[in-house]
Amino acid sequence: MKPAPFVRHVPRTLQQALAMLSQLAGQDGRILAGGQSLVPIMAFRLAKPAHLIDINEVEGLDRLDSDGKALTIGARVRHAAFHGPVVDNPLAALLTYVARHIAHYPIRMRGTFCGSLAHADPASEWCLTTATLGATMIARSTRGTREIAAKDFFDGIMSTALAEDELLAEVRLPLLAADAKFGFNEFSRRAGDFAMASSLVAYRVVDSKIAEARVGVGGAEPSPRRIAEAEAALNGQPPGDAAFRAAALAASDAVDPLEDHQTNAEYRRDLVRVVVRRALEHSLQ
Amino acid sequence: MTEKIALTLTINGHAHAIAVEARRTLADAIREDCGQTGTHIGCEHGICGACTVIVNGEPVRSCLMFAVQAEGKKIRTVEGLADGDTLHAMQQAFMDHHGLQCGFCTPGFLMLAVGVLEREPDISDGDLLDVLSSNLCRCTGYQNIIKAVRAAAAEMRKRCV
Amino acid sequence: MNAPTKGSRGDALKWVGRAIRRLEDPALVTGQGHFTADLPATHWVRFVRSPNAAGTINSIKTPDGALVITAADLTAVKKITPMLHKFEYKPVGQPVLADGVVRFVGEAVAAVVASSEEEAEDIADLVELDISASAPLVDARDALASGAPQIHTGAPGNVIVKGEVKTAGFDDVWASAAKIIKIDARSHRQNATPMEARAAHAAYDKTNGRVTLTCTTQMPHLMRTAIADLLGMRESDLRVIAPDVGGGFGQKMSLCTEYVLLVWLARKLKSTVAWTEDRRENLIASFHSRDQYVTLEGAFDKDAKLLALRADVVSNVGAYSCFPTTCGVEPLMAMAEMPGPYDVRQYQCLARGVLTNTCTMAAYRGVSRPIITFTLERLMDKAAKAFALDPVDIRRRNLIGTFPYTSATGLIYDEATYKETLEMAVHEIDVPAFRARQKEARAKGRYLGIGFATFSERTGYGSPAFAARGMAITPGWETVHVSVDPSGYVEARIGASPHGQGLRTTLAQIIADELGIPPDLVKVVHGDTDTAPYGWGTFASRSLVISGGATLIAARKVRAKLIKIASHMLEAAENDIVLEDGHAKVAGTDRSITIASMAREIYTQTHRFKGELEPGLSESGTYDPPGTFSNACHVAIVELDPETGFVKVERYLVAEDAGRIINPMIADGQVHGGVAQGIGNALLEEIVYDGDGGILTANLADYMPPTAHEMPHVELHHIETPSTQSITKAKGLGEGGTIGAPAAVLNAINDALTPFNAEIDTIPATPQRIRAALREATTKKSA
Repeated sequence: MKPAPFVRHVPRTLQQALAMLSQLAGQDGRILAGGQSLVPIMAFRLAKPAHLIDINEVEGLDRLDSDGKALTIGARVRHAAFHGPVVDNPLAALLTYVARHIAHYPIRMRGTFCGSLAHADPASEWCLTTATLGATMIARSTRGTREIAAKDFFDGIMSTALAEDELLAEVRLPLLAADAKFGFNEFSRRAGDFAMASSLVAYRVVDSKIAEARVGVGGAEPSPRRIAEAEAALNGQPPGDAAFRAAALAASDAVDPLEDHQTNAEYRRDLVRVVVRRALEHSLQ
Repeated sequence: MTEKIALTLTINGHAHAIAVEARRTLADAIREDCGQTGTHIGCEHGICGACTVIVNGEPVRSCLMFAVQAEGKKIRTVEGLADGDTLHAMQQAFMDHHGLQCGFCTPGFLMLAVGVLEREPDISDGDLLDVLSSNLCRCTGYQNIIKAVRAAAAEMRKRCV
Repeated sequence: MNAPTKGSRGDALKWVGRAIRRLEDPALVTGQGHFTADLPATHWVRFVRSPNAAGTINSIKTPDGALVITAADLTAVKKITPMLHKFEYKPVGQPVLADGVVRFVGEAVAAVVASSEEEAEDIADLVELDISASAPLVDARDALASGAPQIHTGAPGNVIVKGEVKTAGFDDVWASAAKIIKIDARSHRQNATPMEARAAHAAYDKTNGRVTLTCTTQMPHLMRTAIADLLGMRESDLRVIAPDVGGGFGQKMSLCTEYVLLVWLARKLKSTVAWTEDRRENLIASFHSRDQYVTLEGAFDKDAKLLALRADVVSNVGAYSCFPTTCGVEPLMAMAEMPGPYDVRQYQCLARGVLTNTCTMAAYRGVSRPIITFTLERLMDKAAKAFALDPVDIRRRNLIGTFPYTSATGLIYDEATYKETLEMAVHEIDVPAFRARQKEARAKGRYLGIGFATFSERTGYGSPAFAARGMAITPGWETVHVSVDPSGYVEARIGASPHGQGLRTTLAQIIADELGIPPDLVKVVHGDTDTAPYGWGTFASRSLVISGGATLIAARKVRAKLIKIASHMLEAAENDIVLEDGHAKVAGTDRSITIASMAREIYTQTHRFKGELEPGLSESGTYDPPGTFSNACHVAIVELDPETGFVKVERYLVAEDAGRIINPMIADGQVHGGVAQGIGNALLEEIVYDGDGGILTANLADYMPPTAHEMPHVELHHIETPSTQSITKAKGLGEGGTIGAPAAVLNAINDALTPFNAEIDTIPATPQRIRAALREATTKKSA
């Protein structure tokens, strides 16, 4: 289980990185960031990139700051950066809570936020987060810069809207309203394993009623997404068991479940119902 | 075969000048090229944690890093834990509490626990359990590993004061 | 709590019974262990493995200039053909590399030799296999179906071994039963998953033509014998070394084709060749286990006394038979030990080993007993329900209580504490308090369950037990050489081959007590056929009993000689000599002499002993015991989440009796680790094949050993009933933790499921399976 041979390229600047990517993408070149997803699939030789452009030395990609509207997360920012609060906004607590569910501590030391998105595993916590909160992906190439909405970014199992010469240079994650509530829940059989279903919810309470509900479901379909039916079941309702159950049921009815050897469609729907309701319950804690 | 790249790995303060292919994992380079075989390889896909080492103060899976990425960084392995003949508190605690049986996963657990406790000396017992679930052990059932790490954590905190 | 020692003779032992730190540990915690994969090599091997579960090989196309070995190169190498002379066993041969036919996904078809692992893998990727695939048989029941393709020509109907037993008078007793209770149990396939996968390193010595094979094995001597046989070489030309071995759990008992090839290659190339198995290979192509269907029926009288058991065991043994135990190891053990700890006089069993197009089955910690214990313990809980009895009560009525006890199958149970450990567990877990908590929790929509498992663990059995199975090889006895060198240090060379069990420490404790020295003066040497006496290795909860017994015999001989030497040197009667603190002392005087000076004398001043004593201080002991039964009661308390099917083991308690405990710390560690594997077996671990015979769980994310998070704290309680069948009075305990846990956990899950009228009799009891059981129960209810 040794990776197939490749040539490593080490750009120091974004321009260099983009130039290399532009030149090598067609020759089976890929970006290497944290490597925590890519290296295992290379070890199994499920991926055999001929060139790896290692962006760990690229200046400026470690950006992690807020302009008051959105949190900008650069391509080198590691999961562990979110072990503590990163911005003075409820988003910080959300990210900290979600981050601790990602794999295990040593993986979080190396793996990157943007790398998770580019890898696009259906069960990825960050894919769910960006899909639910409506992040904007900043894709850069020598051809220019493209902003891609999260809903348009994820394109099936381990597939995204990124062109082969595009680098996911940063992600802008909108800050939450100061009174926003959030909740997260995921189900896996062992600690740290990929979620068999996960849900992130966020909403505000206006006049004792749920408003601006966002209900995201991950790990259940080829890509995580917001479930409009579940959001509709929440908006205008008082937060509580009745609305949460209705939203959970709506979500489980709405998904088109992935199946694998440990999860048939019926069971995956069960899990979706449970994680959505529990994420909503978590929002009240 | 591809071209070999000359580089220097600094392991436990010693410089190892080696030449490896870009695809050589840090785990393989530490073991094969630098001869430090205390770091073990259990799965090569980042699940078991047997290959955990500390790179620039961070406990990481050395099977998921390439050796070329570790140039210029400070690598610490199990061979560097003891201070001469004096065992590190974590090593001593693993012996005192029977935290090992076959010993294959032990270096990974030691480096994981030491790496995390140096960063977060006041980590809670619950969070420490989460950390220890990063690595697999097939012999001990973990109970004595948990006991050993908690004991060593207390000892390490005492020494810091 | 350490319970009062039942029947302890109170002998004044200084080291035996103490939780001393392990002598193995200083090297292992400092990274100074020596594992096989640590060795450098000139050549590295990568195996090209079959992607097809069944088919014929049309051609193997290899890249130009590459060194690739195939079956065509190995015509002089014999097939591995394990043998049983009983139970309608059909010998089938396994070629070292697939010869014209592939029989499971992962079977080695070719071996690429290159200068590095990376390069070997690169070349292996370029080897083109042209295989005409045929439809595989994956499930044992499919392989038994009439008209199923025959996997080996010598095994019609794919039945490779068939055991049958029926006691006289069975039918009459069966007909007299008040109730017949039945369970259809299913155990899915597992992999022992030692943290160190397999590895081998073969070095050719040009000066004498010998090969040294360093490998991860639990049986170094038998590897030497078997490989020399297959290659037609003198056994003395092969040295096998088991260095530090990173766990085995039975998987490293069996002979691997890969090791045979490595020795062959080292001789062919006259060089050093190495292979390190990767985790994927380990999961698909090492050895599997526990793939069984067991149907068990119990006939009870009106008082819930078990009168008779009837069992049908179908064991999926995979594509070949493992050496040396043969694939009879699972079905035949299931047949022999099914009645477990219960007094039942009538028994009928049909146990079959069935060939399929899957990875070969071999021993894994507990072998069949985790399955039969889970089956039998579920049966007892079902019976308790049918008789409206408490699960504890039905066990009280049926556990063996008088000893020695001869089972319906003729096994002799030595004194044990089946009832006492049950009562101890019941007391410690506080059943009434749990039932109250369970009731309260249910009212809040939380579902707790409690499960008991009582079982016997046959350990430390010698050659007759293997002979009873008709085994061509009976790995029963052990030999130990204990010597005191002229400087007074003690060395014990043992044929056992520990790999994590702490035997260097426990044997040193036994010797220390005999010779009156501290254990750290004793060095235990094992795992090298050049230096250790011929022996069988470490497996089957045997080493402390058998190698420990041999150690005690040899140490007693050394002790006797030391006393004679002291008697000469101190001019005192032998009866007055006491060995303690590294000295021989004359009781009641201040006269003493060090063991070191006595040793020096017997080697260098032999003439002083006037021909009455042989020179040197080295003795041998061999031990071949009949076997002794450990026993335990396990209790699991689980919380079951009915919405997801998730089970959390919240409390786990073991009350066990393994006879005299030599080192309580090490003994407890064995139980902890065993329970962890048992919980993995019960809830998490499963090798899943698809219909084409491909494996869907070929990595450690999909094949799931438990992590620290999934493990409860295990509370241990001990009773020590010194064994009369083991001269150290110790019984084995390596497998008990694994044997009891699936039963306790499954009974607890089913207790938690009671309000739903749902049941699950499958391991692992995965969340999806539990949800399916709940759904089925709901459907039944509404229908």
